[in-house]
Amino acid sequence: MDFGFSDEQQEIQRTARELLAARYTPAKLRELAESRSYDDAIWSEIRELGWPGIAIPEEYGGQGLGMVELVILCEELGYVCAPSPFLSNAIAGLVISEGGNDTQRARWLPGIASGEALGAAALDPNDPALVADAEGAAVLVLPVGDDGGLVEAKEAEIEPLELIDATRSYARVGARDAEPMPVETGLYRGMVAVAGELVGLSQKALEMAVAYAKEREQFGRPIGSYQAVSHRCANMLYDVEEARSLTYYAAWCADAEPESVMLAAHMAKARASDTATSVTNAALQVFGGIGFTWEHDLHFLLKRAEVMSQILGTATQHRGRVAELVGLG
Amino acid sequence: MDLTLTAEEQAFRDEVRAWLEENHPGPAPTTGDQDLFEFEREWQRRLHAGGWAGITWPKEYGGRGATLIEQAIFGEELARAKAPRPANVLGLVMGGPVVIAHGTEEQKERFLEPILSAEEIWCQGFSEPESGSDLASLKTRAVETNGGYAVTGQKVWTTFAHEAKWCMLVARTDPEVPKHKGLTYFICDMEQDEVDVRPLRQITGEAEFNELFFEDAFIPAENIIGGVGNGWNVAITTLMHERAGLGASAALGLRQALDAVIELANERGAAADPIVRDRIARLKIGVEGLRLGALRSLTQQMKVGVPGPEGSISKLQWADTHQAMAELAVELGGVEALKSGSPWAYRYLRSRANSIEGGTSDVLRNIIAERVLGLPRLR
Repeated sequence: MDFGFSDEQQEIQRTARELLAARYTPAKLRELAESRSYDDAIWSEIRELGWPGIAIPEEYGGQGLGMVELVILCEELGYVCAPSPFLSNAIAGLVISEGGNDTQRARWLPGIASGEALGAAALDPNDPALVADAEGAAVLVLPVGDDGGLVEAKEAEIEPLELIDATRSYARVGARDAEPMPVETGLYRGMVAVAGELVGLSQKALEMAVAYAKEREQFGRPIGSYQAVSHRCANMLYDVEEARSLTYYAAWCADAEPESVMLAAHMAKARASDTATSVTNAALQVFGGIGFTWEHDLHFLLKRAEVMSQILGTATQHRGRVAELVGLG
Repeated sequence: MDLTLTAEEQAFRDEVRAWLEENHPGPAPTTGDQDLFEFEREWQRRLHAGGWAGITWPKEYGGRGATLIEQAIFGEELARAKAPRPANVLGLVMGGPVVIAHGTEEQKERFLEPILSAEEIWCQGFSEPESGSDLASLKTRAVETNGGYAVTGQKVWTTFAHEAKWCMLVARTDPEVPKHKGLTYFICDMEQDEVDVRPLRQITGEAEFNELFFEDAFIPAENIIGGVGNGWNVAITTLMHERAGLGASAALGLRQALDAVIELANERGAAADPIVRDRIARLKIGVEGLRLGALRSLTQQMKVGVPGPEGSISKLQWADTHQAMAELAVELGGVEALKSGSPWAYRYLRSRANSIEGGTSDVLRNIIAERVLGLPRLR
C-alpha cells in the first residue's frame, strides 16, 4: 500500500507548480481577472506540455494517464487560481471518454487532448445549463432529460454570463438536437477534478492567511500568536488535509477501483466544497479589513471557491447521496 | 499511488485474520473489573504465545519488527474482529518502546519480556493535579538518597495503577534549573507501602483511572531511564512513540460504531429526516477522512521518516467525529439511550473525554499552529 505520489506523479506536480508560479503571478492573475480574459501564450505552453490530454487515452492523442495525474494538475491550477479553459475542457474529455461511442470519441477526443478543438461541459443539470468556457469550444456536453448529450458549439445558443468569479468565463447554454450520450460516469470523475481544484485554492488561501498572521502585528505582537487566530489557522489546515485525503482517494478509485468511485466522489466533492468556502472565509477573517478590499488578491480565491463549490452539486446535495449510499433507507 | 495491499501485506492480513478467528476469546466478562482484567491478561498471554504481542518491537527484543503498514493492518484487524485490548497496553505501546530506545542492556534484560507476557503490568505517572497540559511544570520531587531516590508527590489519571507492578514516573530531581531540564524518568516499583493508589471515579460512574500518592517511595538508581535530568526528552519520545497505526484502527472502530448509528436511525424511523441524513453523511465523511489521512501520513512516514501534516490532525478528527456520533446516537435513541447503563449513554459520556485525554484538542491546535504552520508562540 502506498498512499503517496509515484516519482512520475511528483515530477508532474513539481513541473506544474514551478511553471504556474512563474506564469500566473499575482499581477498576471489580477490583469486577467480585471479584463475577464485568458492568456493565449500561457495556454499554448500548457498545450505543448500535453496537459489537456493528460487523462485521455493515447489512441486519441492523449497521454493515457489517470485521474490522479489530472487531479495533481487541477490542484496546482487551483492554487494559482489560473484563468484558463483547462478544467471545463478536461471534464468534457472525461465525459466523452467514459460515455461516448467510438464515433464520438474519435471525432472529439483528439481536439480536446491537443487543445486544438476544445470541449466544455455543463456544470449544472438545468436547461439552459451553466457552462464554463463554452465560448471558444468546439463541442459541448450538456444535460438532456435525465442524462446528457453532445452538441457542436456552433449549433448551441450561448449567452455569456458574468459570475462573481472573474477568473473564468461562464455562459448559459441551451441547445436543441443534442446527440444523446451517457454522462454520469464521466461526471463523477469531473467532480473529483473540481475537488482537486478546490483543494488547491484552499491550500493557497491557508498559506496566505498563515503568512499574514506571522507578519501582521497588533497590540505589539504578531496576530498569529493569539490563539483566536492560530486556532483558526489550525482548523484551516484540518479542513484542507481532510479534503485532500478524500480527493486523492476518489481519484485513485476512479483509476483503480471504479466500483468505489461513486461514494468516494460524493464525499470528496462535499468535503472539498465546504473546505474551500470555509477556508477562504476564514482567511478573509484573518486578513481583516484589507482582505475585503478589491486591491487584495484573496477575493479571486473566495469567489472562485463559492462558484466551484456549488457546481456539479452542492455539498448538501452530495451529502444527501452519501446518506443513500451508506444505507439509510 | 496504490491503495491496494501488496501480496506480502495481503498475506500478513490474512495471517492476522485467520489467527484472530481461531483465537478470539469471545465476549468480555461483565462480572466486574477484576474478571475483566484477568480476561485481558489471559488474552495478552495468548497474543504473546502467537507472536502478536509487541508487534512493533524489534525482533531481538521479542517483538515482530512489523512495518508501519503492518501495524496499521494489525490494528484494523483487531478492530474488525472486535478483539479485546491486551491487559498491559501501556507497557506495550509506551514502556517497552522507551526502554528499547533509552534503556541500558541490563534494563532491557530485566523489563522487556514480562511486559510482553503481561506478567508485569505498567502504568504511567505523568499528569499531576497542577500539571495537565503543562506537563513540564510537574512538582513531584525525587531526592537522592542511599543508592537511589526518594519520591514524594501526587499523580493523577493513572490507568491500571492498582494492577501495575511498574510506574513510568517523571519527577523533578533538580528544582534549581529551568522546568524542562530538572526532570528525570524513573521506573518505580508500585509494590511498596509508600505508594498509595486511590480510584478516581469519572462521569461514567466507573473508575478507569486512579490517583497516586507517593510518600518517600524508594527507586533504586538503576531504574533511571536515559540519565538524570533527561526526563523531558525521554517522556516526549514516549508520547510520540509508535502512534503510527492508531489513526487507521481508530477509524475502523468509528466505522463500526457508525454502522450501528445508521441501524439505529433506520430502526427509529429517522432515516428519512434530511437533517439526520446530513449529519450521518458528515460523520461518514469524517470517519473516512480520518482513515485516509492516517494512511497518507503512514506512507509519508515510511518514505521520509516523519509523518506529514495530515498526521497531526488525526487525534482532533477522531475526537470531533466520535463526539458528534455519540451526540446523534443519544438523540436518535431517545429515552432508552438516556438510561443509566445503556451502551449509547455510556458512549456519549465516555466520548466527552476524547477531546481532553492524550492531548487536549486545544493544545493540539497550538501544536499544529506552532510546529506545522510555524506560527509564533504566545509564550
